[in-house]
Amino acid sequence: MDHFTPATALAGGGLIGLAASLLIVTTGRCAGVSGIVDGALRRDSPAWRWAFLGGLVAGGALLRVVAPAMVPGLAGSALGPMGVAVAGVVVGFGARVGGGCTSGHGIIGNSRLSPRSVVATITFMAAGFATVAVLRSLRG
Amino acid sequence: MAERATVEAATAFGAGLLFAIGLGIAGMTDPAKVLGFLDLGGDWDPSLLLVMGAAVPVHAVAWWILRRRGGPLLGGPVPRRPAPVFDARLLGGSALFGIGWGLAGVCPGPGVVSAVTGGSGLLYVGGLALGVAASRLVAKPPALEEREPDLGVPADTAIAPSA
Repeated sequence: MDHFTPATALAGGGLIGLAASLLIVTTGRCAGVSGIVDGALRRDSPAWRWAFLGGLVAGGALLRVVAPAMVPGLAGSALGPMGVAVAGVVVGFGARVGGGCTSGHGIIGNSRLSPRSVVATITFMAAGFATVAVLRSLRG
Repeated sequence: MAERATVEAATAFGAGLLFAIGLGIAGMTDPAKVLGFLDLGGDWDPSLLLVMGAAVPVHAVAWWILRRRGGPLLGGPVPRRPAPVFDARLLGGSALFGIGWGLAGVCPGPGVVSAVTGGSGLLYVGGLALGVAASRLVAKPPALEEREPDLGVPADTAIAPSA
């Protein structure tokens, strides 16, 4: 457990919650990232979705300058570049079919006690644990 | 006064920026950290439970404010909750999402943030967009509840009609 970082986990989580709260209290829009990507790719999407995604990228650029270790990139993945792209496809497809991801179900839905979000969160967590366990056994 | 769409976009940009910084501080943009959480069989790192454990109660306050006000600051109704339908889409889609998350240690938010690193970061976002687009073959928006269920909102608080 020497990697356990409770202080930054709580602070970062609180900031994520605040960011999503700022959006929904001001505009009534949900900061579910997979849903925003979906909406942004549709014709005549309102500007706020692209603005939110631009904010995410701008935040990433800022972190790369002030705290580069926080955004190490995905080049170190054991999957290799094509494997990472495939993981992206599976994540995007699954999250949209399931109606949300770690933000939409995990934070926004759970925080209003939406039964669908609770079930989705338990399901994707369990699937994530199982996938890593299978990969671990395959790699010996 | 600026048009609603402009204020909405400016707010969304600021929210996205804060969201990314929160993800970075929390460790969500480091795939090794995420995989350390998902690897129950190894030197398990429970930190990411605390990320959700902090974000959820903060956002619960946002729902409480929305219900008390009867809607967002820019006007409009409180977003309605999906009706509790537990179908193959919800379960299968969420399971697939979890598998993809476990493969790379990257969920959509951190993926978009990592696009700035180029290379594999851009490949992930390209894959994400492709998967999202492909989901339209089988996905459909969930039905919404007729009205917001009572979650402890005072009786004298008006709930905006969800027209």
